[in-house]
Amino acid sequence: MFRVPLAKAISLGSPKRVANIAVRASASAASTPAKAPERIEVFVDDIPVQVLPGTTVLQAAAMVGVEIPRFCYHERLAVAGNCRMCLVEVEKSPKPVAACAMPVMKGWRIKTNSDLTKKAREGVMEFLLMNHPLDCPICDQGGECDLQDQAMAFGSDRSRFTDINFTGKRAVEDKDIGPLVKTIMTRCIHCTRCIRFASEIAGVDDLGTTGRGNDMQVGTYVEKLFLTELSGNVIDLCPVGALTNKPYSFVARPWEIRKIDSIDVMDAIGSNIIVSTRTGEVLRILPRENEEVNEEWLADKGRFACDGLKRQRLIAPMLRTPSGELQAVEWESTLIAVAKAVRKAPKGSVVAIAGSMADVEAMVATKDLLNRIGSEIVCTEQSLPTQGSGSDLRSNYLLNSSIQALEEADVVLLVGTNPRYEAPLLNTRLRKSYVHNELELALIGPKVDLSYKYQHLGDGAELINQISTGTHPFAQKLKNAKKPAIILGSEMLARPDGAGILATLQSFANKISKPEWNAFNVLHQNASQVGALDVGYRPGVETALKAQPKVVFLLGADAGIVTREKLPKDCFVVYIGHHGDAGATIADAVLPGAAYTEKQATYVNTEGRSQQTLCAVNPPGLAREDWKIIRALSEVVGEPLPYDTLDELRERVEDIAPHLVQHGKLETNSFATLAEQLAKDKKIDNSKITVRQQTLKDYFMTDPISRASPTMAKCIAAVKKQEAKAH
Amino acid sequence: MIANRAAAGLRVLKDGIRCISTSGVKRSDNLFVHRDTPEDNPDIPFEFTPENKKRVEAILSIYPEGHKRGAMIPLLDLAQRQYGWLPISAMHKVAEILDLPNMRVYEVATFYTMFMRKPTGTYHIQVCTTTPCWLRGSDEVLNTCKKQLGIGVGETTKDRKFTISEVECLGACVNAPMMAINDDYYEDLTAKDTENIIQQLKDGKVPKPGPYNGRFTSEPKGNPTSLTEEPKGPGFGIQPGL
Repeated sequence: MFRVPLAKAISLGSPKRVANIAVRASASAASTPAKAPERIEVFVDDIPVQVLPGTTVLQAAAMVGVEIPRFCYHERLAVAGNCRMCLVEVEKSPKPVAACAMPVMKGWRIKTNSDLTKKAREGVMEFLLMNHPLDCPICDQGGECDLQDQAMAFGSDRSRFTDINFTGKRAVEDKDIGPLVKTIMTRCIHCTRCIRFASEIAGVDDLGTTGRGNDMQVGTYVEKLFLTELSGNVIDLCPVGALTNKPYSFVARPWEIRKIDSIDVMDAIGSNIIVSTRTGEVLRILPRENEEVNEEWLADKGRFACDGLKRQRLIAPMLRTPSGELQAVEWESTLIAVAKAVRKAPKGSVVAIAGSMADVEAMVATKDLLNRIGSEIVCTEQSLPTQGSGSDLRSNYLLNSSIQALEEADVVLLVGTNPRYEAPLLNTRLRKSYVHNELELALIGPKVDLSYKYQHLGDGAELINQISTGTHPFAQKLKNAKKPAIILGSEMLARPDGAGILATLQSFANKISKPEWNAFNVLHQNASQVGALDVGYRPGVETALKAQPKVVFLLGADAGIVTREKLPKDCFVVYIGHHGDAGATIADAVLPGAAYTEKQATYVNTEGRSQQTLCAVNPPGLAREDWKIIRALSEVVGEPLPYDTLDELRERVEDIAPHLVQHGKLETNSFATLAEQLAKDKKIDNSKITVRQQTLKDYFMTDPISRASPTMAKCIAAVKKQEAKAH
Repeated sequence: MIANRAAAGLRVLKDGIRCISTSGVKRSDNLFVHRDTPEDNPDIPFEFTPENKKRVEAILSIYPEGHKRGAMIPLLDLAQRQYGWLPISAMHKVAEILDLPNMRVYEVATFYTMFMRKPTGTYHIQVCTTTPCWLRGSDEVLNTCKKQLGIGVGETTKDRKFTISEVECLGACVNAPMMAINDDYYEDLTAKDTENIIQQLKDGKVPKPGPYNGRFTSEPKGNPTSLTEEPKGPGFGIQPGL
């Protein structure tokens, strides 16, 4: 519902973004060489600074490193200007101005440390604390609370609040908004950040303010759960303890926990996260700012599924007894049993299948081991057409436009994907562009709620042909667009006619691509997929199944694609992974591995950015890091791998693909036209296009960790409860 | 003795005990969350009548494309006039017409006190009790209403005909005390006038709006006290030379 004009969008952004947008806007308006708007000079505490017109006082102060206290202002949300904490004195202004909302004028002298400013801040703080309970000792926000910190820094050192003896403080009833966010509404200071987040970023207009004056409250008015795939972010946004993490409530104080930077593997976006641990236990996961990937948001699965790391874990190596049960045994006997099976197997009958959370190091080690014993068949669970150039050219399977640049796209066609649940943080980018950039979207696939309006073209695969031949009206829009993008869901590639869809869309994308802008994008769902293809895994399990394998290594392959029925009877299944899920149940030998929080490992996200997780806690019980298991096994098999440390292994990874060890960098790729020439098969059968995750219910449990998570189970129950409700 | 007391008092003031006057915070008696009740739940259908639908069209046509949400308050008012009060399904209807999320309508409907979000009688009696009316005897008016209808402030009679509210200044202080019943002002009231008005409403008659002490609008009672002489003609008071 928010369609903010560009002028307003400029005032929303950071100074850097403002500059970019302004330059771009003026360039596109006049189609002459970009002329930067004239800068104006202002003085912050007598430090001169040159800023673009439209910059707010708060942004100008930030440019010289002066931070102005604020509660309601947030860089990524619209300016509300209602907390008044950012009041500062401006020379010749009769009263203090709200820095977050006031654009600077030429020659302004802003005083952020004057007596008037200090007095204004103290006054605002006094008013805020009038109705805020002083229950910090029992508040979960304690220690990481903006109000606490700013009251210390800018508040008065004593209280004048005598009204506590007469009427007391305002009390507001708590709301039940779901199993993820706990509300203590008496603590709310009405900054409206959560409301703005819900309406601008998440696109779910369920939160608002009701009532007026002292009776105003933030809530849903009707009894309704605040259910979105991004609901956890309001916890981070809340400057006080009104919205807190429900599963984490009363668990730990911020000063007790260790924070380890890591990467989320619940989807293929590779969101940057901080893992909070205490005494060897993962307590919670918070987003880490990375402008190029997840901005500062995190999807709910990445944030709340971490309690699944403590359940259904494989903690000891296991072997299947003749009676058919898995029995915990020593590492030694398990490795010997596996090695025996491997050595007994004829050449070429040992295969490996990598699941959705396999890391690059483990996959490289597995591939090396298999190559040494004469097998070439290593593949991934998720399939991708191998005709034509297949996985040989990276542009065939990457999100080529890159996540950040997709914001700049002006026309986007989604094919067989529901980005809202497959990659929530990509969807926020699209929504951002829809709101601020007049992005036009169309979808081929089932009609789903994407949190923004789009043109639903239908769900027949024949539409793809109509688009590529230009007979469909939307094709024209794509052709005329400055930065068009086609996003192809990974489930499309697993269809029998996946090769045809890939080739057709790729050749059409090449036609509409611009220099420095590749319009063709594949959106993966598995964190391991791009890394696996980069190190030479074959997509799809067909080749592995066709080879009549005698030994199958499942590297966390839990999607249920490989089943006992599809394998030969005498096949020995080895499962290396961290959860007792679909893979472990069919295994003859279980080698307990480490989950993503327990190892230093590389993952490559859907745009081809390699990033690494760090070891936050030790693997539970006898579980070990996956690549070490393979290394140990290679010794027993008699083909020892030539690396003993992670650094040595990474050198080997670097030999295969140098970009994989350059963590954080985005490796650009080309050859898009070459891929088109190599593609032969362009047949598309006219069947219906469908996606697995259509509603929020389908989102919460998609991988072994989230399937083991009680919080995710509660989420599904909550969605079902909400569906039965009237509102 | 008195001088001593005064000196002691001054000393106390000097020592820093502040004189603070406090008054009880008056909070709204309205609930700012919705609870489903048999009278008010989203399953009760709400639809504008055919003639109101025409009014909706007319209201919407005032607002330019892209700014249709400006019609929210007039539409909520129309719904309230049609239904007698504003049930949640009417808010949903307005949201649907304006293509807005329900929450945006709830926000407006809860902000303005004249949107009645709970069942209200056909005659909504709003008695002003702000200072000018109170000085002129609004207590009497209010008590008469309460006694005659047998309900308290904020309550509705069993037959759903009357609701009494106590309100702040309605801007007719010249004609204090006053009360508003739906859209009409009844002014310069006494207990007897109030009784009369309510009795007429009970009998299904329409009482005459306006002042009840015989004067015309807010003219002075009796004769004018100023500007009594004939108006001077043109050229009055001008220097003869001009």
